[in-house]
Amino acid sequence: MKDKLSVGTSPHLHKDESVSRIMWLVVLSLAPAGIAGVLIFGLSALRVIILGVVSAVFSEGIIQLLTKKRITVLDGSAFLTGLLLAYNLPAHVPFWLPIVGSLFAVAIGKQVFGGLGQNIFNPALVGRVFLMASWPKYMTSFTRPMNYDAITCATPLAALKEGRAFENLSSWDLFLGLRGGCIGEVCILALLLGALFLFYKKYISWHIPLTYIATVGLFTYIFGQQGLFSGDWLLHVLTGGLILGAFFMATDYVTSPLTYKGQVIFGIGCGLLTAIIRLWGGYPEGVSYAILMMNAAAPIIDRFTKNRVYGKR
Amino acid sequence: MKKFFNEFLRGIAKENPTFVLVLGLCPTLAVSVSVINGIGMGIAATFVLLGSNIIVAVIKNSIPQRIRIPCYIVVIATFVTVTEMLMKAYSPALDRSLGIYVPLIVVNCMVLGRAEAYASKNTVMNSFFDGLGMGVGFTLALILISGIREALGAGTILGHRLFASFEPAFILGMPSGALLVIGLLLGFFNVLKGRKA
Repeated sequence: MKDKLSVGTSPHLHKDESVSRIMWLVVLSLAPAGIAGVLIFGLSALRVIILGVVSAVFSEGIIQLLTKKRITVLDGSAFLTGLLLAYNLPAHVPFWLPIVGSLFAVAIGKQVFGGLGQNIFNPALVGRVFLMASWPKYMTSFTRPMNYDAITCATPLAALKEGRAFENLSSWDLFLGLRGGCIGEVCILALLLGALFLFYKKYISWHIPLTYIATVGLFTYIFGQQGLFSGDWLLHVLTGGLILGAFFMATDYVTSPLTYKGQVIFGIGCGLLTAIIRLWGGYPEGVSYAILMMNAAAPIIDRFTKNRVYGKR
Repeated sequence: MKKFFNEFLRGIAKENPTFVLVLGLCPTLAVSVSVINGIGMGIAATFVLLGSNIIVAVIKNSIPQRIRIPCYIVVIATFVTVTEMLMKAYSPALDRSLGIYVPLIVVNCMVLGRAEAYASKNTVMNSFFDGLGMGVGFTLALILISGIREALGAGTILGHRLFASFEPAFILGMPSGALLVIGLLLGFFNVLKGRKA
């Protein structure tokens, strides 16, 4: 009888979750989008994904070895960073681009701040923005979908920015991902499948993604090209990196606010910034910049949306 | 003589204006795109530092305490004007590429900082070697930063191509690249210092 009773301190209820379990399940939830990307853009997309992931994991291991920290390359966070970075690249980039991007993302985006849980900015987006600022030529030449010969084409948003009508793409095409774009962002169907899984496991809440997407939709509808309330909001929601960013990158635990109230503010802020950059900014797409800017604001949002401590005025 | 030499060395390593005192970052960020700009800015700042340190050390007892900062600024501005005119006359190309940042040496906190913190309390000779050390330290830091930025951001050093096929990272040519390089170097030197201590 005695050895059946164990004495311990609270908490007594444990959840069967851990950081690395969540990381690996998020990786799993991203798998459909990756498979779709490879089907749409061909094997070169697979090459980019593998290079990104492998170099992110290796960079993390080497940095932890050099700084004599505990080596945690198998907790999935570096894998996830590399995967998300690769999803944010066009399919036919030179082989060194995902390697340099992953190295930068892990080293400057994460390890410089002290590793997992300490970073201010989403590491994958830091890597992407670094590549975007350094080699814009490669980052903006997208491959035509379902045509494995590396013929380039513009993304719908880039065409929209230049004032051209893009080739006849129905909303259905956009939903399935038959358009030019980054590897992981094109197939909305696959991304939604992954997001549903995350909702089912309660790893993410609706607060950030839904407010983010709704704000972009509403804002682009109000400020349409033919006057107020004429915008093609469905196009803006279905193109670019919005779905990938809203469900998988803005919801990063480390870099988003803690409370639900804060998360709603965060989502609306991301949406406003994205829409403003898309409509009036210099770049056709603004999801990565919007999320990074709101990452910087997350600590302040946290400060103003603190939950009231029980019994305290 | 050894004392003067120590004053000189202090500015290069132990109290390097860029990496230890973190002063004068505005010109460092702005002009460190290419090594030649870095050297030019370093020499100009060294000249101004030397001049202002000497003059401030000479007149330190004859200027009223309350208006000492404006007095320092007048002294510094004089030397900056001299530098700018010399540069315009003898090296117009460098003057064009440094642009507004030469006149802006007037408000460089490194120059004013040395005048206030050092020259106004020390002898002329000490101030001279302090200014020389600080200037050389600043120049070396600029050469290091601009070397990294030019090599990786443009693929060249002093205009010579380094690699046969290398795609430069544009970001290092931009101000954000300067912040990145300075931040990483600062961290690196702090790690080195921590090891020694």
